[in-house]
Amino acid sequence: MARVRLPRARTQIEKYRVSELIAREGGLNRRMAMKVMVALGLGSTGVARGQQARLEAKPNVGPAGTLSDPELKQAIVPWERTLSESQLATLAVLCDLILPADQRSPSASQLGAHEFIDEWVSAPYERQLQDRAVLFEGLEWLDGESNRRFGSSFVDVTADRRHQVCRDICNLPDATEPHRLGARFFALVRDLTATAFWTTQEGMDDLGYVGNVPLPKWEAPPKAVLEHLGLE
Amino acid sequence: MSRTDDAYDVIVVGSGAAGGMSAYVLACEGIRVLMLEAGRDYDPVGETPMFNLPKDAPLRGADTPDKPFGFYDATVDGGWRVPGEPYTSGEGVDFLWWRARMLGGRTNHWGRISLRMGEYDFKPRSRDGLGFDWPMSYADLAPYYDKTETLIGVYGSNEGLENTPNSSPGVLQPAPAPRADELLTKNGCEPLGIPVIPAHLAILSEKQDYRRLPAYLHPSNRLAQKVTQDAMQARAACFWATPCGRGCSIKANFQSTTVLLPPALATGNLTIRTDAMVYEVTLHKDGRTSGVRYVDKRSGNHVTAQARVVVLAASACESARILLNSKSAAFPDGLANGSGLVGKYLMDTVGAGVRGQIPAMENMPAHNADGASGMHMYMPWWLYQDQAKGELDFARGYHIEFGGGRRMPSGNSFTGLEKLTAGSYGKQFKDDCRRYYGSFIGFSGRGEMIPNEDCYCEIDPQEKDRWGIPVLRFQWRWSDHELNQVRHMQHTFKDIIEAMGGRTTTPVYDDGADAIKKPGEIIHEVGGARMGADPTSSVLNQYCQAWEVPNLFVTDGAAFVSNADKNPTLSIMAVAWRACDYLVQELRSRNIA
Repeated sequence: MARVRLPRARTQIEKYRVSELIAREGGLNRRMAMKVMVALGLGSTGVARGQQARLEAKPNVGPAGTLSDPELKQAIVPWERTLSESQLATLAVLCDLILPADQRSPSASQLGAHEFIDEWVSAPYERQLQDRAVLFEGLEWLDGESNRRFGSSFVDVTADRRHQVCRDICNLPDATEPHRLGARFFALVRDLTATAFWTTQEGMDDLGYVGNVPLPKWEAPPKAVLEHLGLE
Repeated sequence: MSRTDDAYDVIVVGSGAAGGMSAYVLACEGIRVLMLEAGRDYDPVGETPMFNLPKDAPLRGADTPDKPFGFYDATVDGGWRVPGEPYTSGEGVDFLWWRARMLGGRTNHWGRISLRMGEYDFKPRSRDGLGFDWPMSYADLAPYYDKTETLIGVYGSNEGLENTPNSSPGVLQPAPAPRADELLTKNGCEPLGIPVIPAHLAILSEKQDYRRLPAYLHPSNRLAQKVTQDAMQARAACFWATPCGRGCSIKANFQSTTVLLPPALATGNLTIRTDAMVYEVTLHKDGRTSGVRYVDKRSGNHVTAQARVVVLAASACESARILLNSKSAAFPDGLANGSGLVGKYLMDTVGAGVRGQIPAMENMPAHNADGASGMHMYMPWWLYQDQAKGELDFARGYHIEFGGGRRMPSGNSFTGLEKLTAGSYGKQFKDDCRRYYGSFIGFSGRGEMIPNEDCYCEIDPQEKDRWGIPVLRFQWRWSDHELNQVRHMQHTFKDIIEAMGGRTTTPVYDDGADAIKKPGEIIHEVGGARMGADPTSSVLNQYCQAWEVPNLFVTDGAAFVSNADKNPTLSIMAVAWRACDYLVQELRSRNIA
């Protein structure tokens, strides 16, 4: 998927009518929109020009390119990712602890799960902002815990030691009080890692999802499926 | 700023199920129609993301306040909130109003579930003393159900079950074979006595017979036959992939934009104006309507359009809003509101659900379970006789919509698995995901609400939208009939899941108030300008014509007297078609305008 990145994404940005971001009410707030505008190098003149263009616009045909009327066929993520290099490095390690590579499919970080989590927690919505708080607290907790137990941060300790920490936080309902914050964080990262991983083509292939293809005819489930269900 | 438009025969406000059908019927009969749509122009053929994967969307397609049914949902500039166009709720009320600001309105995203109301549903008060009777019977509407189903294309079967009408022979398209999870559910429901039968959905399971059907729909009307034939020929049969809620670029499912508007435009009798937000119906001195006023959203100009007849089809609540905002000396409480019933007796569908996990569905062999994306099977209400005997503590029924199995993995497919996996991660978690994928199923009840005087919309005394138009305020209170019905749903769904050898994964509430969806949340709001047998107890006659203003019609869900568990879109279209046939007659015989 295309992303708003500077400066090479200029052409995509023109397709994405940023002026609409400022003009619309709700959703992306003005501060966030300004941030996008500034990031695009359009500045405040760009805003004025955009609004003028909107008023003179001809009949509204096709996507406006706003958050509530986005280009669906060529989607972009209109907000910047905000995690630091070190946060991403820790996440990548954690993502691969959660879904490691095996014979059937690559590891989570190989499919960009940590980058997806960055996209998620950088989104300008309430739910994602809450997750962002959990993630930031959790990453800090993780390094703190690792330092306390082993004298170095999570990415720098052995796999065995990482597992020692993860075992204490992997099951939120059973987590003891000192680990609850870490457990909440771990549950979030596991959910987001699974979401990122299994919704890629590689993840779907691993699961044996064989749909999303046009069929000339719809058939009843194969015999093997009915047998599996005890219906034959 | 204001300007006056050319005069048309009829102005149709709205372009969804009711507006699209009204324009189609009128334009086919040679009536010059101006359609005003509050949203933008929209073309499902060019705009629908047919095969795009979650990974191609922001947040893997997750729902956001901007796209509340997920990124790929067809709804444009809408959902639970429309930028700059708020609504309010009364004290302690949390009404949800789904709107779409786009050509075709909410037909672009709806579930395509097309169930006929039955004989009981038109005469509920006669049957159990509650609510109100319609001024028409099932027999009056049946021919229009046949025509509507034939035109839009509905798959399903005729099972002859109580209050679950058959279509006439040759009307329905073949029902697709059930999916694996649907067969397993049917198996589980058998000992419970719950019928599981083919669903009726407005999706073409095969190409329409475009040579034969137009002549059946429009005998001795060659223009209508021609445009309908061309439109049918342009539609492809479903290819059993991609969700209908995104829209359909091959026109296999019903959307006003692919099925009703193209033939209506092809008559040459329809002009569509988008970005035109109607807020008032205008009057001649003699009290008849002269047209409407709208905001041209692109310029902000207020524009007047004139016609001999006005047809409101803006959705139940929006049409009520327009009437209530059309105040004059003759109609100080809003247009056609002498009965005081405009906005009143608003209804939604009663909704509640339970999800479960079915061990038998774990590790199923890989197979394609996409199908028509919507249901192939459903459960119609099956306890009419128990209710007649007074054995249930709620008066009206519900049907069950359900689905699960090996659908396209989404953001929700693998979250919150701890209850099943004891918090596994690593290789074990990867294997757990593989194991549990496709083993989940969800059941949703969709029940009839009995209209009551505490459920209505009114004009908010303060709040205005970005155009300065006063907005709606909603008031609501469920009765015990709805809450008890929801309790029954909850226990039924648990029973079904357990009969399938599964376990529930969401709470099963004993108090219906804990489980019932919010008012408006099922997006089946109807009522607010109900039809009836006399002007003191209704706003419209049985042809959707305002008692007090003979050249004003309301052909959308506002006209509904009751809200059977049957999803309303099909009935909205059938009622609109019948109303427009009457309107054509009245225009030709010069009884109006």
